[in-house]
Amino acid sequence: MRSRAIAALFTALVTAYAWLLLRAESQGAIAALILVGIAAGILAMRTQLLRPVARSLGSNERFAQGLAFAAVVVIALALRDDDFALLLLTRVLIVIVACLGLNVQFGYAGVVNFAGASFFGVGGYTAAVLASSARLPHLLVLLAGGVTAALAGTVLLLPILRTRGHYAALITIAFALLFRTFLEVNDALGGPQGLKLGEMRIGPLRFNDPISAGPFEGSFYLRYIAVALVLVALAFAVVQRLDRSWVGVALDTVRLDEIAAASFGMDIARWKIAAFTVGNFIIGVAGALSAFMIGFIAPNNYSFAESLIFVSILLLGGIGSAWGLSLATAIVILLPEKFQIIQEYRFLMFAALVVLTLLFRPVGLVPRPLRRLVGPPLS
Amino acid sequence: MTTPLLSCRRLTRRFGGVVALDGLDLEVEAASVLGLIGPNGSGKTTFFNVVTGLFPANAGEIRFAGAPITSLRPQAVHRAGIARTFQRSRLCLPLSIFDNLMVGNHQHLDHRLWFNLVRRQVLRRQIEENYRAARELLHIFDPPLADRMMEPAARIPMIDRRRVEVCRALISRPKLLLLDEPSAGMTHEETLRLMDDILEVQQKLGGLTIILIEHEMSVIERVTRRCVVLNYGRKIAEGAYAEVSRDPEVREAYLGLE
Ligand SMILES: Nc1ncnc2c1ncn2[C@@H]1O[C@H](COP(=O)(O)OP(=O)(O)OP(=O)(O)O)[C@@H](O)[C@H]1O
Ligand SMILES: [Mg+2]
Repeated sequence: MRSRAIAALFTALVTAYAWLLLRAESQGAIAALILVGIAAGILAMRTQLLRPVARSLGSNERFAQGLAFAAVVVIALALRDDDFALLLLTRVLIVIVACLGLNVQFGYAGVVNFAGASFFGVGGYTAAVLASSARLPHLLVLLAGGVTAALAGTVLLLPILRTRGHYAALITIAFALLFRTFLEVNDALGGPQGLKLGEMRIGPLRFNDPISAGPFEGSFYLRYIAVALVLVALAFAVVQRLDRSWVGVALDTVRLDEIAAASFGMDIARWKIAAFTVGNFIIGVAGALSAFMIGFIAPNNYSFAESLIFVSILLLGGIGSAWGLSLATAIVILLPEKFQIIQEYRFLMFAALVVLTLLFRPVGLVPRPLRRLVGPPLS
Repeated sequence: MTTPLLSCRRLTRRFGGVVALDGLDLEVEAASVLGLIGPNGSGKTTFFNVVTGLFPANAGEIRFAGAPITSLRPQAVHRAGIARTFQRSRLCLPLSIFDNLMVGNHQHLDHRLWFNLVRRQVLRRQIEENYRAARELLHIFDPPLADRMMEPAARIPMIDRRRVEVCRALISRPKLLLLDEPSAGMTHEETLRLMDDILEVQQKLGGLTIILIEHEMSVIERVTRRCVVLNYGRKIAEGAYAEVSRDPEVREAYLGLE
């Protein structure tokens, strides 16, 4: 009970901090907040102050998820008419979904995907094309974004599945580079200017109208946040259930030791393609929602550099760690947007961040916990 | 004589210029323990790797339980009923001991994606059943270890890892068990204890066949009734340990004696 109270208090502090950071406008205030954040992080790591919090949250996943969910809702409501802050928050949620997909591939099965942003783009372009030409309900359009991304990934990986080594990494790099060129020269997809998307609708809900219900008034982004939050919850459930099942054991074995995996009957190609497909599906759905939210898509949004950012999020958060990548996404998305001095050097900053992580905390910010299929959680 | 469970004819495997297996003929009777000995680099591990399909044979034939398995992939060889341990431990260290044991039981687990995502109650029951079975097996080898199955394999000492690896190979109830120096790094007493435990499981499973690679000759003498001696990939002697140990060619191979 007491440890739960501590965990709730901790979440409240983090929520307040995130709210302050999202709202802050003067660069001085933002710099101060970031410094406070870094100092608090280092202090917590050094003094192990967060031990009881980690224990409480780690031993009760449902409770932790409930707290995180509540925190996002509170932040969204507190910022209800601040369009830019809400846009950032939605973007964080959507990228969390995409990185959860990447995590199944890279974190579990060990299939490196340097084309995360491209599959995100496949989802986005699918949404743009379907939303303008077909009369599909938009929820189905989101799903279709996932399906096309999954198919594209399968077709890409099939020919090289039996090969060993770094072919998968190379072929995803090639795909990432080609994808953007393909979009730029393809007039049907709008060329370099890209495509516009109409308003997203689900049933009677029109997503681009401002919200006013009685005395409550809020930005239209709140609806996107609601959808994004549902997607995060679903993706979390899928990823964690996969992890805590026979499938999770098989994927880990394929990543850690192909010889042992093969010697005990595991079909390595099958598991890699399964992880790649599931991951790309999740990434594609996230990409489709992102396209609707921004209302327009262009090849520039889906560059190789963006793919590298996705990968760096996994490294920073802790490979295989769903909670870690969520925290890392918030840091990697928010920092350069809020702190404009960084903006110009943001790729440099990510590179530095990745190097620092690998040097000083190779397990990442929130290391992946041990899988415990049976018994009470580690005390 | 009954038909052998495993029989190899003129099995050959080369690595570049090195002939690691040189026309090897070898048979193992069902429900027996065969010792496979020979000096370093004589091809013992290569024999396991070729039988299990990790390295294809360059020539020759392998039959298992009457059917040819010469060019099967490792997965198919395992499904046919052959499980092994590795000379250099190959546990997945970041995973729990239980997870590692379940790697060994892969072929009996339900791996459909939809089942694992959605049928969580049934999955939980499967997990609990497997947990009990794994615990029982590990208990034979080391009772305290059986209570630590949710700890990462990285946390246990080398000799316990060896035991876990043997259990990982046993848990799928194979017909043929290939043990590649399972006692490496153990003391003499620990080795004897491990062998006794393995024989106990063999009794329980009734009919398990074992090929044992082992450097400690007292162990070979104790647990095998027949052994095969390799040198440069060729069989130089075969028979009871007492016989082969007197064989001049074997003595020369081991000791360099004339
Ligand atoms: N993957 C490989 N690539 C190249 N050469 C190999 C390979 N595996 C084994 N060899 C060679 O084949 C020969 C037999 O090696 P093997 O490992 O089978 O011997 P061993 O009897 O198991 O020896 P030890 O008692 O040291 O384990 C050696 O000369 C070795 O160098
Ligand atoms: Mg060997």
